[in-house]
Amino acid sequence: MTLPGWKELPEGAVVREPGNTVTISTGEWRVFKPVIIDEKCTRCRLCWIYCPDGTIIEVDDPNAPLGKRYEVDYEHCKGCGICWKECPVNAIEWVPEER
Amino acid sequence: MVKMVRKALTTNYAVAHAAKDSDVDVIAAYPITPSTPAAEKLAEYVANGELDAEYVHVESEHSAASALVGASAVGARAFTVTASQGLIYMSEVLYIASGLRLPIVLGVASRALSAPLSIWGDMHDIAPLRDAGLIIYFVSSAQEAYDSVIQAFKVAEDPRVHLPAIVDYDGFIMSHVTEPVDVIDREDVLKYIPKKVTWNTLNPKQPISIGTVGDPDYYYEFKYQQQVAMENAVKVAEEADKEFEKMFGRGYGLIEEYRMDDAEVAMIAYGAHAGTARVAVDKAREEGIKVGLIKLRLWRPFPTEHLMKALENVSVVGVLDRAMALGAPRQGPVVKDVISMYASDPSKAPKVASYALAIGQRDVKIEDLVAVAKQLDEFAKGKEIPNKTICIGLRE
Ligand code: SF4
Ligand code: SF4
Repeated sequence: MTLPGWKELPEGAVVREPGNTVTISTGEWRVFKPVIIDEKCTRCRLCWIYCPDGTIIEVDDPNAPLGKRYEVDYEHCKGCGICWKECPVNAIEWVPEER
Repeated sequence: MVKMVRKALTTNYAVAHAAKDSDVDVIAAYPITPSTPAAEKLAEYVANGELDAEYVHVESEHSAASALVGASAVGARAFTVTASQGLIYMSEVLYIASGLRLPIVLGVASRALSAPLSIWGDMHDIAPLRDAGLIIYFVSSAQEAYDSVIQAFKVAEDPRVHLPAIVDYDGFIMSHVTEPVDVIDREDVLKYIPKKVTWNTLNPKQPISIGTVGDPDYYYEFKYQQQVAMENAVKVAEEADKEFEKMFGRGYGLIEEYRMDDAEVAMIAYGAHAGTARVAVDKAREEGIKVGLIKLRLWRPFPTEHLMKALENVSVVGVLDRAMALGAPRQGPVVKDVISMYASDPSKAPKVASYALAIGQRDVKIEDLVAVAKQLDEFAKGKEIPNKTICIGLRE
């Protein structure tokens, strides 16, 4: 892939399409990953609240308890471990990444 | 003809007056000697309604510069004054302002840096900022300071440039000395620098992100863009000065040559001491020494071509520097630029003598600079130039 040269790049390194980080895979930085054990999860939503990157996804699921499930967006979860630390019932495991 | 009013102003007041006449929108300033009277005057203008601007009372110079980054990033014409430790404290943010390409303008009443503590004037504060991506003017009179602040907005806000700019003047020797200054009507100033936002700004209707990350794939290109903007600024500054002269009758050039036509040796001076050097040139000429003077007005970007042309027929040039670059081959910040102009073809170079003077506002007399002229003449006649900086007025 050829990257744009200095003439093409926007002055001052501004980004003209805000929110474009969804297109960038920041999950590659991760060394450990959070794995949610659904059976243990009480649907307290704390991981969803605390995740600084919005990468805990709340999924509507009529078959799940309280109609919700929590998943991790591994494309963007950077592996900070906050959700793992905050989960009050240890429903999140902290698993070394293997690539 | 445009309307001018002659006022008695210190350079501090002239700089504040120029900011008022440029109709700045946001001022964020923290008082520091010797720039404090300029900050106070601006506060007075805002308080008494002469200037419709937001005056942000910050807790430090770092915050002052940061507030101006925010202001400029929403399209405000932003201004501050500072000096010495204050400028150094601002410097982290000034690099950022340059990288973000925000046309903030600053007045700097140059002062020594601690330690030992010195509130007196010299150029140790501005010297390290030469690589920060800021346009830097050195001015030599209150009038030139007034005119240069207005010109600085013109250059900084030009779409070919978009960089912050500093108008640097001597602490005390200029900042606190009253001179006659012809001030221009705001209406006329704004004809010269109309308020038009051409740089990238934050706007909810067209959202952008600023202050982004430049990873190894990108950082280099953005630094190069700043270098190109600097290169453009030479031409833009020259145009701005010419247009200013056309509208208001006063022009300075990027360098000012004095008695250079038939000069065999030359001095390069900047700031207040360019005036002393001018008188010294006249005196030395009376004694038959063919010496000329170049007053350096624009330090960044460096007017390389202008200077090389001015020095074409000179065999020895002495650079009178006002700060000490400790540990460098020569201690002066400007002499290093003069030497490196010729790096690709040393055959074109005059011999260069480096001088340090007025350090910590050590007094410099006309006779001291007449002595420099005589010494340059001796160097031209074959006397060996010391392979180090010559310190004027230093006690052994
Ligand atoms: S590890 Fe951090 S980034 Fe990833 S889901 Fe948990 S809180 Fe979010
Ligand atoms: S913090 Fe733990 S229990 Fe609460 S929603 Fe997240 S995974 Fe489930």
